[in-house]
Amino acid sequence: MLLTITTTNQPATDLGYLLHKNPSRPQTKALASGTALVFYPEVSEERCTAALLLEVDPIGLVRGRGATLSQYVNDRPYAASSLLSVALAQLFGTAMNGRSKERPELAQTAIPIEARLSALPCTGGEAFLRRLFEPLGYEVEAVRHGLDAAFPEWGESRYYTVTIRGVQRLCDLLTHLYVLVPVLDDGKHYWVGDDEVEKLLAKGKGWLEEHPEREAIANRYLKRQRGLTRLALSRLVDDEAESPDEKAAQQGVAERDLERPLRLNDLRISRVTEELLGSGARSVVDLGCGEGRLLRELIRNGQFERVVGVDVSPRALDIVARRLHVDEMTDRQRERVTLLQASLTYRDPRLEGFDAAALVEVIEHVDLDRLDALERAVFEFARPGTVVVTTPNAEYNVHFEALAGGEMRHADHRFEWTREQFRQWCDGVTSRFGYDVRLDDIGEAHRDTGAPTQMGVFRRGG
Amino acid sequence: MADDTRLLNVPQLSLVLLVGASGSGKSSFASRHFKATEVISSDDCRGLVSDDENSLEATAPAFEVLQFIASKRLEAGRLTVIDATNVQQSARKPLVALARTYHCLPVAIVLNLPESVCQERNNERPDRDFGPHVVRRQSQQLRKSLRGLKREGFRQIHVLDSVADVEKVQIERTPLWSDRRDEHGPFDIVGDIHGCYDELRQLLDTLGYDVQPSSEGDAPANSVTHPDGRRAVFVGDLVDRGPASNEVLRLVMDMVASEVAICVPGNHEAKLLRHLWGKKVKLTHGLAETVAQLEGESPEFRKRLQDFLYRIVSHAVLDDGKLVVAHAGLVESMHGRGSGRVRSFCLYGDTTGETDEFGLPIRYPWAEEYRGKAMVVYGHTPVPEAQWLNNTICIDTGCVFGGKLTALRYPERELVSVPAAKEYYEPVRPLAVEARGGTLGSQHQYDDLLDIRDVTGKRRIETWGNRTVTIEAEQNAAALEVASRFAVHPKWLVYLPPTMSPCSTSKQPGYLEHPQEALSYYRSRRVDRVVCEEKHMGSRAVVVICRDEDAVRERFGLAGHGIGKIMTRTGRAFFRDADMETALLQRLHAAFEGAGWWDRFETSWAVLDCELMPWSAKAQDLLRGQYAAVGAAARADLTLTVAELERANGNGVDLSEWLERTRQRAECAELYGAAYRGYCWPVNGVADLKLAPFHLLATEGAVHTDRDHMWHMATLAELCAAAPDVLHATAHRVVDLRDDDSVADAVNWWTELTDSGGEGMVVKPLDFIVEGRGKPVQPAVKCRGREYLRIIYGPDYTLPEHLSRLRERGLSRKRSLAMREFRLGIEALRRFVAHEPLRRVHECAFGVLALESEPVDPRL
Repeated sequence: MLLTITTTNQPATDLGYLLHKNPSRPQTKALASGTALVFYPEVSEERCTAALLLEVDPIGLVRGRGATLSQYVNDRPYAASSLLSVALAQLFGTAMNGRSKERPELAQTAIPIEARLSALPCTGGEAFLRRLFEPLGYEVEAVRHGLDAAFPEWGESRYYTVTIRGVQRLCDLLTHLYVLVPVLDDGKHYWVGDDEVEKLLAKGKGWLEEHPEREAIANRYLKRQRGLTRLALSRLVDDEAESPDEKAAQQGVAERDLERPLRLNDLRISRVTEELLGSGARSVVDLGCGEGRLLRELIRNGQFERVVGVDVSPRALDIVARRLHVDEMTDRQRERVTLLQASLTYRDPRLEGFDAAALVEVIEHVDLDRLDALERAVFEFARPGTVVVTTPNAEYNVHFEALAGGEMRHADHRFEWTREQFRQWCDGVTSRFGYDVRLDDIGEAHRDTGAPTQMGVFRRGG
Repeated sequence: MADDTRLLNVPQLSLVLLVGASGSGKSSFASRHFKATEVISSDDCRGLVSDDENSLEATAPAFEVLQFIASKRLEAGRLTVIDATNVQQSARKPLVALARTYHCLPVAIVLNLPESVCQERNNERPDRDFGPHVVRRQSQQLRKSLRGLKREGFRQIHVLDSVADVEKVQIERTPLWSDRRDEHGPFDIVGDIHGCYDELRQLLDTLGYDVQPSSEGDAPANSVTHPDGRRAVFVGDLVDRGPASNEVLRLVMDMVASEVAICVPGNHEAKLLRHLWGKKVKLTHGLAETVAQLEGESPEFRKRLQDFLYRIVSHAVLDDGKLVVAHAGLVESMHGRGSGRVRSFCLYGDTTGETDEFGLPIRYPWAEEYRGKAMVVYGHTPVPEAQWLNNTICIDTGCVFGGKLTALRYPERELVSVPAAKEYYEPVRPLAVEARGGTLGSQHQYDDLLDIRDVTGKRRIETWGNRTVTIEAEQNAAALEVASRFAVHPKWLVYLPPTMSPCSTSKQPGYLEHPQEALSYYRSRRVDRVVCEEKHMGSRAVVVICRDEDAVRERFGLAGHGIGKIMTRTGRAFFRDADMETALLQRLHAAFEGAGWWDRFETSWAVLDCELMPWSAKAQDLLRGQYAAVGAAARADLTLTVAELERANGNGVDLSEWLERTRQRAECAELYGAAYRGYCWPVNGVADLKLAPFHLLATEGAVHTDRDHMWHMATLAELCAAAPDVLHATAHRVVDLRDDDSVADAVNWWTELTDSGGEGMVVKPLDFIVEGRGKPVQPAVKCRGREYLRIIYGPDYTLPEHLSRLRERGLSRKRSLAMREFRLGIEALRRFVAHEPLRRVHECAFGVLALESEPVDPRL
């Protein structure tokens, strides 16, 4: 990957003093990720360009077993990324801190300066790229690269050759690149922990607080770890500085869209819990517990003497175990709460003998031609007294602006049913397995389309 | 001799209790007559739990241990001897109960020695300082017990009254009556006859038996033979309801007497015997007819019949335990065992005491849960058609109710029947009650829902040739998610292909893989001839194709699923677009029709191993998101980098090394782009696809692994010729590894192939399966082209400093995985072809998925 920095501030050759790199002597440095070379393609009083070339070692890049092929055939040797940020810090660290032995004042002076990145991956596209740099006073020039000229139908890649120009202190330019390159790439080559928050706050000082995209920047920089992002934002922005109204106005539509499904999920959990409580069940199994939101609610209720969470994904169960602090449970708690890996398309004697079962947003993840196996495993063999099933109401999808016509709410959904389709399925189940069913809505019902979620509460007949 | 020995009969599978006071010599008796591991001593158990063999405090836990060990042994069917005093009934009772639990016969061997002998022996042993009153009390308790032993449930009681008696003992182990493992058949197992003599004669005729009625004196008799030495096995219910129970009995008794037949009793025989014994029995369910028919028979016949009925044994375990015949079937835990409960299961099945709407007993469907190794053949419940379920089959096809009389030929597994001449007796319940699932056979219906216990935990999967493949619990856990969320319907999943190892790493400059290594691998494994097949760069596809939807229903148990399925190597549906799949299957179907393959292979289905091209058809996301993206980034970056280095290099600074190197990298990036582009072309319809089949894996009755790869190549070439627009024959050549020219020729061929953009080649031993002494032989190794490997190892991999590091790659894990997956894949097909229950097939295919969860360098 290549970064060039050019200035026309005369004498332009002072760039060498600012960077602490002698224009007449190319300098190489071995880094963890490969070898860096600093050289000067152009050196004159009028215009001087320094280049940082980082040749990533593609083989050293991958360590350990369990790597996937995509880690070997990889854009990291070519694309600007957090590897570049590390190289910047290591080769231009002093400059980034705004210090210069020979030209201390110049280091603190804004000068006409431009930076060019040979291949910058821009997740979010040119618009986002501009939203990041333009508020900082840069003029942005971006040339997008097609995926493959031989296959124009494959379209564009996410790589741009990007030039940003402005009148900036060199240290600011370097810092902006240091933070914003990984943000545009939307990835980090190392584990992001708490200290990353400190780094962001330190590097963002003086510009990030006021940056209109600060939330997106923090979010991506911290690899979308919500806890860290919240921490960073709260320390970045003094809460009292803005009135809540202003904040809401700024965040606009995006957040409402985010919150609506969250609220729906909460509603679903509380409605299902109500139904389970109302059924009088003392033992309950959450079939397809995912990351355990319903489980957590069930455990809070003393009525349930036995709570079992079931999921087919060992990873999901690990997450639940962590969230529920299974390791720290007392023997009594352990007896009450258990997690099981199981698949609902297989008959499983461990699921027999429960008063109630919940299938919350689960059936739509099962292929239609496997649904009969799930029905039999649940209603014929596990045979709980009460079964609460929820699933999306496809008719309601027209109200989700983000969904194109016919699109489903989740990439893994194998189907989404209209109310009529769900009713037919419920009727089939009741007649085949000797259950009664009551259908209900979850969420605010719309006149024409019904509620976003539909629920069937099955009761085993005598 | 008779004077110096006393022969004690002990059933081969029994729980033997030694009964005797302390000092009566039980332990030395046990060690003289039984294997050390067969004997569980209470003293040893005391020692195990307390470090003190005489500790009285340890008695309770010691007996828990003793019973636990005994139960494990009995469960496994091993004779077990309890070396404890056993003088109190309260001590014997739980042991007798244990024997009953495992359907083993409890046997008592009582060492009833004079108290003085015991006292004397104890005095000689310093560790037994418990005083004379103990032995006295034990001797009293023993004598008090003697009379009640039979009532306590002991089936054999041997009492030895003197030291001399004890000395003379010799133990003889007798097999159980049901144990006929040494008889290997072939057999013809005949279902419920119920007095249908004409149909029986006709059936025996059809089966090739020669029945010659004759008479011994005035009594009629039959002489029956079979030219091939086949023997009949009758599942019972010979009598009642039908027109000639007496004739049936005569024929069967004659056949059993001359050892041409084996017979197990049915509930109707049991009832008839009670009637013959003069017990009060209601003459219902057709017994009245039998009684009337027997009235004309002589007293001798009736006497003979009584003996016969008394002697026939509840069930028969035949052919090394591979075949069990019992009237009402038998669960595995009862095979070859003897107890009242076993007998009752054999006669009446697993009844709950409830009755159905017709007043008939409700039978627990034991066969649905049957997991045993032995085939179980039974009758008792009339069914319209004999159908396999979990390796069990009911062959009572209701002859007396106007159905048919059915026999199962063993080991051929063929059904032979003759229709009833008429309805002799009106059934209480209509014969053909429609079962759930409509037109699917019972096995297919049952297989609609698999049991999680068959795919979880640590599992050992037995494959042909007595080899097992072990799957760890964690691997199964990973596979469960993949199989449940992404795999096709398990009924389609009759095979998954193994992973394939590359050849060893080449040392030739510039090459990571080279044919020399692939060929010398097989030479080192003493394979003389190999076949080199062009490796197509597409995506692996396993294709199941059927003649029509009826064939899918009958053979795969799926309705409304089209005429086949195309799967990826991990069992996912190959196509998201169902229409595309259907269109391709139809093309393939047309090729089968055109080549006349349904008839040629006498099959209605086939499984093929194929490569489906172009790569871009399946890997579109990967190509755009990964391969093309890397190419785009490389081009953008390196073009600019070269330009800037050129500028600087002219400025009195020497960057020529960097410049040269970066130019090389730019060239590598270009080559990389060219490498993947060759495997991509737009797919707008089925006509743009190419399917290259390379294994015709299986058709009805055959897994074609007994054919060599030349057969597969040649045979599949014929199929491809029938549909050249979509099927693509694979270029290949046979190489004689002993001939240097032949080897050189193969190397040249590979070089030409790969120079013109080919992926490479696959080298396989000529035989599909190479088994023998020594190291295992890989079923195939791949040898990939230099340019192709850029899309695996990265654009720059050919740079010398990269190549030298990449050469250090380990293949052993990959190879071990390839062997195990190959075995499981073929085993899945073998089981499918043998019509085994789905769980047995699924176990293997699931095993391949489980093994695939093992982390292996994905570049191999």
